[in-house]
Amino acid sequence: MSNGNGQSGLVKWIDERLPVFTFMQHELNDYPTPKNLSYWWNFGSLAGFVLVVMIVTGIMLAMNYTPHVDYAFDSVERIMRDVNYGWLLRYIHMNGGSMFFIVVYIHIFRGLYYGSYKSPRELLWMLGVIILILMMATAFMGYVLPWGQMSFWGATVITNLFSAIPLIGEDVVTWLWGGFAVENPTLNRFYSLHYLFPFLIVGVVVLHMVALHTTKSNNPLGIDAKGPQDTIPFHPYYTMKDYFGIGVFLIFFAGFVFFAPNFFGEPDNYIEADPLVTPPHIVPEWYFLPYYAILRAFTEDYFLYVPISWLMSAKLAGVIAMFGSIFVLFALPWLDTSPVRSARFRPIYKQFFWLFLINCFILGVVGAKAPDDQVFTWFEGFQYVHLGQITTAYYFFHFLILFPLLGKLERPKPIPKSISEPVLPGGGTVAAGAAAKPMEKA
Amino acid sequence: MMRRAGFLTTLAALGLFASQTAQAAGDAHPIPSQEWSHSGLFGTFDQAQLQRGFTVYQNVCAGCHSLRLVAYRNLAAIGLTEDEIKAVAAEQEVDGEPDEDGEPTTRPAIPADRFVPPFPNEQAARAANGGSMPPDLSLMTKARIGGPDYLYALLVGYQDEAPEGVEMGEGMSYNIYYPGNQIAMAAPLAEGAVDYADGTEASVEQMAKDVTAFLSWAAEPELEDRKRMGVKVLLFLIVLTGLFYAVKKKVWADVH
Repeated sequence: MSNGNGQSGLVKWIDERLPVFTFMQHELNDYPTPKNLSYWWNFGSLAGFVLVVMIVTGIMLAMNYTPHVDYAFDSVERIMRDVNYGWLLRYIHMNGGSMFFIVVYIHIFRGLYYGSYKSPRELLWMLGVIILILMMATAFMGYVLPWGQMSFWGATVITNLFSAIPLIGEDVVTWLWGGFAVENPTLNRFYSLHYLFPFLIVGVVVLHMVALHTTKSNNPLGIDAKGPQDTIPFHPYYTMKDYFGIGVFLIFFAGFVFFAPNFFGEPDNYIEADPLVTPPHIVPEWYFLPYYAILRAFTEDYFLYVPISWLMSAKLAGVIAMFGSIFVLFALPWLDTSPVRSARFRPIYKQFFWLFLINCFILGVVGAKAPDDQVFTWFEGFQYVHLGQITTAYYFFHFLILFPLLGKLERPKPIPKSISEPVLPGGGTVAAGAAAKPMEKA
Repeated sequence: MMRRAGFLTTLAALGLFASQTAQAAGDAHPIPSQEWSHSGLFGTFDQAQLQRGFTVYQNVCAGCHSLRLVAYRNLAAIGLTEDEIKAVAAEQEVDGEPDEDGEPTTRPAIPADRFVPPFPNEQAARAANGGSMPPDLSLMTKARIGGPDYLYALLVGYQDEAPEGVEMGEGMSYNIYYPGNQIAMAAPLAEGAVDYADGTEASVEQMAKDVTAFLSWAAEPELEDRKRMGVKVLLFLIVLTGLFYAVKKKVWADVH
């Protein structure tokens, strides 16, 4: 590829009429990037890479898949057994879903740690949340397509959630199903939308990139680049670093695809869907487990529910909380009142960040367990549903109460003057109070 | 759920959770793990074992259990010759094309056909099995928690007498590894139930092991290709990533 400096006549001719080469030169080569990005900044480009892998393998799987309740399960097995390298395509796609969520969750937690959602990156962050929501919808519908037991019962449980909506709930569910049960019309529309949504994701990813290249990348110090001494061009520095990241990621990915392809899966999904047989434990894929735990935390006697029990059913409260746990992310830029971005300079927030991460892991474990199982053998009566209720309460406490309070109460550490001189001359002579001044605009 | 046991046990080891796995109703015993030639990074199937397992499937399981996702031609992968495969297939009748008068016909199965199920439909299968449906075995080792270990345990886990105080349902057998312990399938394997062509002694354990290996192959016929390719892919990726790292270091040498 030409570098767009006009060496080639054809490139010049095109570029004068449609400046694609200039654009690529600007955004992919010259794009000034903070020079101190750590490996945690690899996960954005990695997510883009996985998206491409998923679309390519998905299109090829679609060539061999039959979206009909009588043939879907068998057509997937035909891919596994008779299509050339079909098992490879299917295992890449199936594990790719889990990889996508691993990468994106790390990307999101990086943003939380380094305050990447704060001014001026609010819209960049919100576009990211939209991508997450689209991904979740896509993954949910994709999981239904093999038409195994967990596909069917997962779809039944999740679509039934909408019946909690007052007055119109039942009608909404019928409308979603295209009938009076999860049946062939449901499978057909899920297939259609599962094909469509990834391209919507591509669209939002483009907007995410435009916003990123406008506000520029955040960095581990959370301070703005002051000039050329703080940045390096994207190419070759970060292209090369991203290649290395992709290599490491592919080793991890290939390990699952080739040696433990069903690690993330449920054995029940190798049994064809049967509306007459309910599996003993209906569990969603691992990346939905924390939300599932939040949903199931809302029982009649849950202390968060009791005050609002006159207003709505516990089921509706659970559904609202589950969706709310994602939608609250849209409000983060305004819930967080601290002017300091990076947790490196926020000693108290940093502790709570790790607590929140552990809390999310526990929510995931709770989501995988039967609600009335005992958590500890030595603590009679403490069930997973109780653990889920505590961790659910913390989840919302963290964002809704802690975030606004910490910004006011916490004394941030002194912030370095610039990226290129991260160590303060004289060793922290800047008064702690000075750090509380509002962050300068980009 | 249990596939994530590794992660959960890690948490348990951290002291966060008691390591009590959610066992289904009944006191099912923990499944002991077995040695399988096809496990591990370089695992491959043992062809002689697969053929013995196929003998067990044909003579013991096939009377009630279908294997509908496997085609007779696939048996070439476990070392059957073309003629042997043709002979195995020809033992079964399948629907043919209508004749010139439009009357339905049947014909002997050919290698391209899938294994012909023992019963024409679910009702017939249930009627012949006291109301229970013998599940299809094509994906059995992937469709149960514990995989081949579970299947083997189930086959050898029968007890003649239910323990004191356990009320058995009509026609049910007691199995220590089956969730709930009451299973509609009577103990399928008895000493010497099959004659192995290679002279191996047909003990219950031997047959259970062989047929489980065969069904593991039936569920994952791509397993050997997958692992062979996986080793090459990993080696390639490790070298490639090493090169990426070296170039990255070189490129970044002048920053700071």
